[in-house]
Amino acid sequence: MAEAPRMPIESGVPEMDKYLHPVLKKNYGAWSWHERPRPGVLHHVAKSGDSIWTVRAGTQRQMDVYTIRKLASIADEFAEGFVRFTIRSNIEFMVSEESRVQPLIDKLTAEGFPIGGTGPSVSMISHTQGWLHCDIPGTDASGAVKALMDDLHNEFVNEDMPNRVHMTTSCCQINCGGQGDIAINIQHTKPPKIDHTQVANVCERPSVVARCPVAAIRPAMVNGKPSLEVDEKKCICCGACFPPCPPMQINDPEHSKFAIWVGGKNSNARSKPTFHKLVASGVPNNPPRWPEVSDVVLKILHAYKEDAKDWERVGEWAERIGWPRFFEKTGLPFTKYHIDNWRGGRANLNASAHIRF
Amino acid sequence: MAKPMHPTPMLDQLESGPWPSFVTGLKRLANDNDIMVDLLGQLETSYETRKGYWKGGTVGVIGYGGGIIPRFTELKGDDGKPLYPEAAEFHTLRVMPPPGMHYDTDTLRKFCDIWEKYGSGLIAFHGQSGDIMFQGCSTKNVQPAFDEINEMGFDLGGAGPAVRTGMSCVGAARCEHSCVDEGRTMRTLVNNALDDMHRPALPYKFKYKVSGCPNDCMNSVQRADLATIGTWRDDMKVDQAEVQAFVADKGRKYVIDNVITRCPTQALSLNDDDTLAVDNGNCVRCMHCINVMTKALSPGDDKGVTLLCGGKRTLKIGDLMGTVIVPFHKLETDEDFEWLEELATEILDFFAENALEHERTGEMIERIGLTNFLEGVGLEIDPNMISRPRMNPYFRADDWDSEAAKWEEQKAAR
Repeated sequence: MAEAPRMPIESGVPEMDKYLHPVLKKNYGAWSWHERPRPGVLHHVAKSGDSIWTVRAGTQRQMDVYTIRKLASIADEFAEGFVRFTIRSNIEFMVSEESRVQPLIDKLTAEGFPIGGTGPSVSMISHTQGWLHCDIPGTDASGAVKALMDDLHNEFVNEDMPNRVHMTTSCCQINCGGQGDIAINIQHTKPPKIDHTQVANVCERPSVVARCPVAAIRPAMVNGKPSLEVDEKKCICCGACFPPCPPMQINDPEHSKFAIWVGGKNSNARSKPTFHKLVASGVPNNPPRWPEVSDVVLKILHAYKEDAKDWERVGEWAERIGWPRFFEKTGLPFTKYHIDNWRGGRANLNASAHIRF
Repeated sequence: MAKPMHPTPMLDQLESGPWPSFVTGLKRLANDNDIMVDLLGQLETSYETRKGYWKGGTVGVIGYGGGIIPRFTELKGDDGKPLYPEAAEFHTLRVMPPPGMHYDTDTLRKFCDIWEKYGSGLIAFHGQSGDIMFQGCSTKNVQPAFDEINEMGFDLGGAGPAVRTGMSCVGAARCEHSCVDEGRTMRTLVNNALDDMHRPALPYKFKYKVSGCPNDCMNSVQRADLATIGTWRDDMKVDQAEVQAFVADKGRKYVIDNVITRCPTQALSLNDDDTLAVDNGNCVRCMHCINVMTKALSPGDDKGVTLLCGGKRTLKIGDLMGTVIVPFHKLETDEDFEWLEELATEILDFFAENALEHERTGEMIERIGLTNFLEGVGLEIDPNMISRPRMNPYFRADDWDSEAAKWEEQKAAR
């Protein structure tokens, strides 16, 4: 008789205890306050009187085993054998003595890991994967993020923005990167090119029809084969039909552009959470370093840094000064495409006589 | 293991600059791993043509229906053979990290050893759903790689129309703002739904995220079908001596401009003696003043959670924030956690039975209305669930009197 296959141990999310730094474990749920002694360093004090210093460093997110082993060795030699990662792929080392902070910073810096991403800085961009692994990408988020973080290195290692800036990047309009103070997302500008020879073989046609937000897709016979057709006047080029039906080729080397959005905020601090708003589009998808994306992002960051008050996030700043002034200060063109015409879009129109002059 | 490198003039331009370069990492791996030699070849082609070349498929491990992201190359020659054969299969294993993404170095090294043995040597910490992503594995090596990771105490995460990997913030482990045991909450939610994670059969994805306070560092309000956010219902705590020390240090103007006038409900006032007056009945627990004055101000003692349902990104009907379905519930005792587990099961079951194919909870609620959803999962209505009452007269209220009587009954019962 053949050997029974190994069945998975359906253990789910592991308990965290054995992975926790001992000082964190000891003071679990009993922290008192914190401060930031310098950019990239947090100092937390527990009710017990214990202290822990956290040193935060940027990483490239998708790391080779040599880099991971290097970080592990740094953790063993200069920290206390434990690390954690933030939601933005920064790595954090924790030490229980203040005297260990500087040698750890020196070592990480010498090994090429920037120290920062805390407080009012530009933290690492949370991003999707792109050409390296995704099956539907319009671009390579990892590459665009690497190029952009090179340009934003000073903003990462210093805390001189009005408030924290959380950026995101996404390789398609599904926007797995999520909401951001500044979000950089692929925006297609042409309807899908349909490979009619393949549709019947690989697509469940009714579910593709159902995916379309504007009912622009209908079943059709093309060259004697069942396929789909797109009403190109209705099509908003969102790409929703592409994942369930790869022959609906939405990605286009020239016409898949970047759109830039600002004012996404998840925190409840001060204002309620907000979605990001379109400020620029038609930005070329230009590997390997996407310089046009950096240009727009740096314009926005510069205007924000100059003009926003302390603690204002990008979206809060834009709402305070008003959108006409946002476009004036950033120098970005205002177009008819900034005016929302999707369902519920009237809520975004100015139903008042509140005008700034 | 001596396959020559393909020229990568475009990717090479991502090796300069101060930020750590993933390209340098890929090239280092390619020194002794042919998968990476060919992966670099395909990736360079994408950079030249601005097109992706992966398609999905069906790859899994015995006993599970999800958790592996299959990738097969579509970059083939006229003879139908892959141009970069060593990377023709480049699957990803999604593995769930411990809550808060804490690791000891021994665990990281074991991950590296396993992935060097079976995969490409490339690991992402972490994907956007919070998984450790072991990227780049042949079909035949998926099972043995998973077996070794699984024996370490780690399990696959979600993919496809399934419960997805959850996320919880650093929270109680290191943050004084923590209002709940985030790790236990996340494990309660996800580990109660493993069948729906590992055997995808839901209408679409379903995500749990847990943030310990309204700063919502896990972005749960816009990324989770069920967002659990820590909060408190008694008065926030004020150490008046520390308030005075903060004012003495920063100055009155700074405190007025950055704390007092930034309160969204004007619930703060600076007294003449530089102490702080708080109108707790109008505090909405936004966290701003506590974020600024970390030593002087902190959440109250009567802590619990607010639950929101329906957050998601664009497709199909547009962005949706989660909205409140439980304004406050304690989450401390075993009974509290059982309550959460039961409610989450109700919501998941209701979603499984009532959502259309490829519809998220937010879209389902938009389609059927919040009150129908609440009735379906057995939750009472509450005025904290709305920003304002309806503004249109398009409703039919034959039973207004009995609904109004219910409210009076609830009020009397409180």
